Amino acid sequence: MPFCGEIMEPLIQCRNIVKIHRGRGIGEIRHGFKAVDHVSIEIERGRIFGLVGESGCGKTTLARAILYLDPPTSGSVLFDGVELGSLKPSMLRKYRRRMQIIFQDPHTALDPRMTIYDSLSEGLINIGVDKPRRDKKIRELLDRVGISSTYSRRFPHEFSTGQRQRIVIARALTMDPEFLILDEPVSNLDVSIQAQIINLLMDLKRDLNLTYLFISHDLNLVSYMCDVVAVMFEGKIVEQAQTEALLAHPEHPYTRRLLASIPGGAGGF
Amino acid sequence: MNEPEPLLKIENLAVRFSHRGKIVHALRGIDISFYKDEIHGLVGESGSGKTVTATSIMGLLPRSSAEKISGNIFYKGKNLLLMPEEELRTYRGRTISMVFQEPAKYLNPSFKIGGQIEEMVKLHMGLSKAAARARARELLKLVGLGRDERVLDSYPYELSSGMKQRAMIAIAISCNPDFLIADEPTTALDVTLQKQILELIRTLKNIEDMGVLFISHDLAIIKEIADRVSVIYAGKIVESASKESLFDNPMHPYTRLLMLSIPDARHRGQKLAAIRGQVLDSTSMPKGCLFAPRCPLAEQQCFSLMPELEEHDRGHLAACHFVGKSWNL
Repeated sequence: MPFCGEIMEPLIQCRNIVKIHRGRGIGEIRHGFKAVDHVSIEIERGRIFGLVGESGCGKTTLARAILYLDPPTSGSVLFDGVELGSLKPSMLRKYRRRMQIIFQDPHTALDPRMTIYDSLSEGLINIGVDKPRRDKKIRELLDRVGISSTYSRRFPHEFSTGQRQRIVIARALTMDPEFLILDEPVSNLDVSIQAQIINLLMDLKRDLNLTYLFISHDLNLVSYMCDVVAVMFEGKIVEQAQTEALLAHPEHPYTRRLLASIPGGAGGF
Repeated sequence: MNEPEPLLKIENLAVRFSHRGKIVHALRGIDISFYKDEIHGLVGESGSGKTVTATSIMGLLPRSSAEKISGNIFYKGKNLLLMPEEELRTYRGRTISMVFQEPAKYLNPSFKIGGQIEEMVKLHMGLSKAAARARARELLKLVGLGRDERVLDSYPYELSSGMKQRAMIAIAISCNPDFLIADEPTTALDVTLQKQILELIRTLKNIEDMGVLFISHDLAIIKEIADRVSVIYAGKIVESASKESLFDNPMHPYTRLLMLSIPDARHRGQKLAAIRGQVLDSTSMPKGCLFAPRCPLAEQQCFSLMPELEEHDRGHLAACHFVGKSWNL
């Protein structure tokens, strides 16, 4: 815990991130496409930071840049005060353990030829955890996400989409991360399953003291989940505010357009 | 009072497939009536039988894998299910037409948009080449693509996904159909486009006086567009009512839970009312209510006796033994 009066540093600080996809074609395309355009965001510990925008606006590219999966073309990412770009590959790998990402489609996120026990133990083996501790950890995690650990020898195809997303979440937690990027984690799920996964994510955040970057195209869902919301449009953050303020006083015309197009009106039912 | 005659009427429609030696119950006997000038929303989760309902009406069910189709689909006094393929072809695409979820999949990538619209009106309405061209131009104007002459001579890849969906809609309404089926027409589109397409479908319904079956998994979209709503679960209609009645007074526990499980910014941090368990396995054939294993109200009789879809309020039907009973979440 910080001392009284000390200002807690944000867990994630992005400064002027630019990501240009190298062009392969002719003319305009050859010069590259600026997918993320000078984005600066800060994510405080224990918060849920929402990133909302339409497909192709650069949400996922930004997420990958933050994790240094696709390092940014320019700009810097600070995780817990350390600039990721300055780290040697071996150190970067150590830092990356503390941050994990969960993708939209659990069907492609799990290896179809590995049992879920193997999928979950892969990372633990890499960092040298012995078998008894591995078994215990996997049992605990599966239990936590609501999958019976007696199923751990089964393959992904034996589970429903909702269960698979639970397994993907458990796998992300094997490294004891502090920070999770959730990239449209419920978009592929049915409404009744969506609610189960959202409740699970909220419980995990509280119990494990996690920080989330929650990415979605659904402003209604983002404003339900998040403390702070940033609206992304054509690679830029066009507006960022506390959720209540954003809903009550949207400033940017694009935010207003997003709010107006929520079916059934803002605030759902 | 004189009840208006339905435009299209589905009676006790059941569809079974055999798949890897198992029988899959896609539809377990549904009744729906569609009326002229009305948008009927059909809402349900994946695998609940929404698309099978649509493809049964269109006569597009693969006949080889369909183990058994029973029931009736009456359109203007004729049973579509008993109609020979040649006769069905004069209805399909002409008086009964369909818009699909992914426009990119259903447009032919190697023909220009104009040509794909012209093909329809030449075939079904016997228009000449010049008349077909004029009709294509008129249709594109109707769906909001009229400003740019170039659309007519574009290939599908040159259009954005919103434009492609508009072009699909132009093809679907090219022969002035009586009945339009829209199967999740906005699911593949961005939210801002979604709103425009919903408005377009409503406008066209008013101009063309069509009956519309609008299929979606999203209650919020259904609330936006439908006049009447049916909720389908595991191949059975569990509730059917006018939109106002359904959203003001949902009767079936499944409908009520669906509404509660939608996140709402005003209740941030509160738990969502998740529906426990999984959707019913479509190969099982329980005696009782299909929703009973997940239902907070279920009692002994729910597992032994299937509730009938009955009228509980004027025009408001629900299939539950405990309509109106409340529960603690």
